[in-house]
Amino acid sequence: MSYFVNERGYYGDFGGAYIPEMLYPNVEELRQQYLGIINEPSFQEEFKALLKDYVGRPSPLYLAKRLSEKYGANIFLKREDLNHTGAHKINNTIGQILLAERLGKKRIIAETGAGQHGVATATVCALRGLECVVYMGEIDIKRQAPNVARMKMLGAKVVPATSGSKTLKDATNEAMRDWINNPVDTHYIIGSVVGPHPYPDMVSIFQSVISEETKKQLIEQTGKDQPDYVMACVGGGSNAAGMFYHFIDDQNVKLIAVEAAGKGVASGLSAATTYLGKEGVLHGSRSILMQTSDGQVVEPHSVSAGLDYPGIGPQHAHLFKTGRGKYVSITDDESLDAGLLLTQLEGIIPAIESAHALAYLEYMEFKEGENVVVCLSGRGDKDMETYMKHFNL
Amino acid sequence: MNRLQQLFKNKKKDILSIYYTAGYPNLNDTLKIAEALEASGADFMEIGFPYSDPVADGEVIQRSSKQALDNGMTLEILFDQLKDLRKTVSIPILLMGYVNVVLQYGVANFCKKCQEVGVDGCIIPDLPMYEYEEMYHTCFEEHGISNIFLVTPQTSEERIRKIDGLSNAFIYLLSSAATTGKNLDVSTSARDYFARIQAMNLNNPLMIGFGISDKKTFDSANEYASGAIIGSAFVKSLNENDVEESVKTFMKQFR
Repeated sequence: MSYFVNERGYYGDFGGAYIPEMLYPNVEELRQQYLGIINEPSFQEEFKALLKDYVGRPSPLYLAKRLSEKYGANIFLKREDLNHTGAHKINNTIGQILLAERLGKKRIIAETGAGQHGVATATVCALRGLECVVYMGEIDIKRQAPNVARMKMLGAKVVPATSGSKTLKDATNEAMRDWINNPVDTHYIIGSVVGPHPYPDMVSIFQSVISEETKKQLIEQTGKDQPDYVMACVGGGSNAAGMFYHFIDDQNVKLIAVEAAGKGVASGLSAATTYLGKEGVLHGSRSILMQTSDGQVVEPHSVSAGLDYPGIGPQHAHLFKTGRGKYVSITDDESLDAGLLLTQLEGIIPAIESAHALAYLEYMEFKEGENVVVCLSGRGDKDMETYMKHFNL
Repeated sequence: MNRLQQLFKNKKKDILSIYYTAGYPNLNDTLKIAEALEASGADFMEIGFPYSDPVADGEVIQRSSKQALDNGMTLEILFDQLKDLRKTVSIPILLMGYVNVVLQYGVANFCKKCQEVGVDGCIIPDLPMYEYEEMYHTCFEEHGISNIFLVTPQTSEERIRKIDGLSNAFIYLLSSAATTGKNLDVSTSARDYFARIQAMNLNNPLMIGFGISDKKTFDSANEYASGAIIGSAFVKSLNENDVEESVKTFMKQFR
């Protein structure tokens, strides 16, 4: 069985391109060109150079000793939080901006939840001198003020999405509308492994640098290139897709994806997609999403703006359905506690998104000497207000 | 031959179609609007079933969809509202909406219900052509439902030919690549595009939509197609306190 995309853009039953005709030429142009462009030696050279000297890669694989002691396994953290702009999102935006340039695009649009992808997009636009418009839910604009200020400072225009839940889902709708209305000169940098084919594949290829480096670093540090577990949080699922990429076909490696349960999966305030969702179409691909019996998308909830999304990428839906990946969920409170724990044991304040992945360690049982890699997808600076409120700091 | 095919067989010009959202402004206005539109001279109509994330739509239709959903509209309720449709309405009717709602209802079930209540066709803008062709074409044909495809200025000739081959009623020509509710700008490039499509001598007639809001834009669209479709401007004109009267007032400029 293949866990990767086929020629038509499907991962098993999921994927495809469910888009109105107005978007067809844009998406088709990308579909026909993305692999050719990404595989050009000059592209790879430029991409790798920027990842090294601008982003600061490779990101360290850090053996968290005190956390390891607590859980009785060797817990390695893949430090995406140390990337320029503070999260894994920059890996993808560097790749897509180089692609957009080669497609001759002059204007960049993006959607953002926590603001990490918006900041990463605004950053690469500043770097390459391209116009940048970022759509962000009105609620997220309020809860992620530092990132909004960063985007503005970088020269991006931040446009509030005021429809629906006023969060990531609606920002994505607005960005798609913008693209429909500006089909020729604009490239849409989607920040997660969602959207019509080829986005899920393209974004996971750019994020696969995470697992590629991890393999090499594991050999250096443990003598083995296969850990027992790799873990990552999942909203749309881009850091998880990058963390899983080079391990997907290694059946000995267990893949753990951690979704946001919000106030609890049965509370009505949750974003635990695989638990609450069913198969359907959202934002251009067939996947699993939270919806009513009538097919209306249900508003998600999570304390972390980056996981506050009612669907998952089609590859994740496939990994879930085939049982290759284990999809679990963690509540708001559990994630905040895990964030505090990492801070106090290791001196690292994680993004609340990443803290979801860490929180699941509490539920796992390890055999002695097992190796676990957790993707620490981002740092917690942007979440200080939430941490402050929760812990009365 | 369904009502839609019959209409295009009998009428070649000046065809006016009106789009409105089911369950808007009030949940039970769906049938009232249909009757008022027929009485005011619409040639056919498109009834939108609302979706929470209508990316191809502009602000007006998006807002009407939101209100319809808040009013409690579902596809199930819509079919129930339309069960006596053919007792009072005789012009062709299309349903228009997004693919996820149809998938959850079940495509076969959807086609069967459409036939039962007397719906003649549908427009599902985000249903991929390959999926329609390979999975649903037969089911639609068996139930006499015409599937309508959209064409934009960026659609390639090869793709338009393919769409023409899969269509059996009309082709929905978008005046520009845009979400709904933008004003029609009959610029030189739009005229060139309409003329280019006309010159392709397609098997199916053309209807122009998106940006048609009044008599003037309707007339310019008519120069290039069998007629035109009005959506946002009509939805905007609906008065929730007197729906029938607002339909009449809007339609006066055309008929």
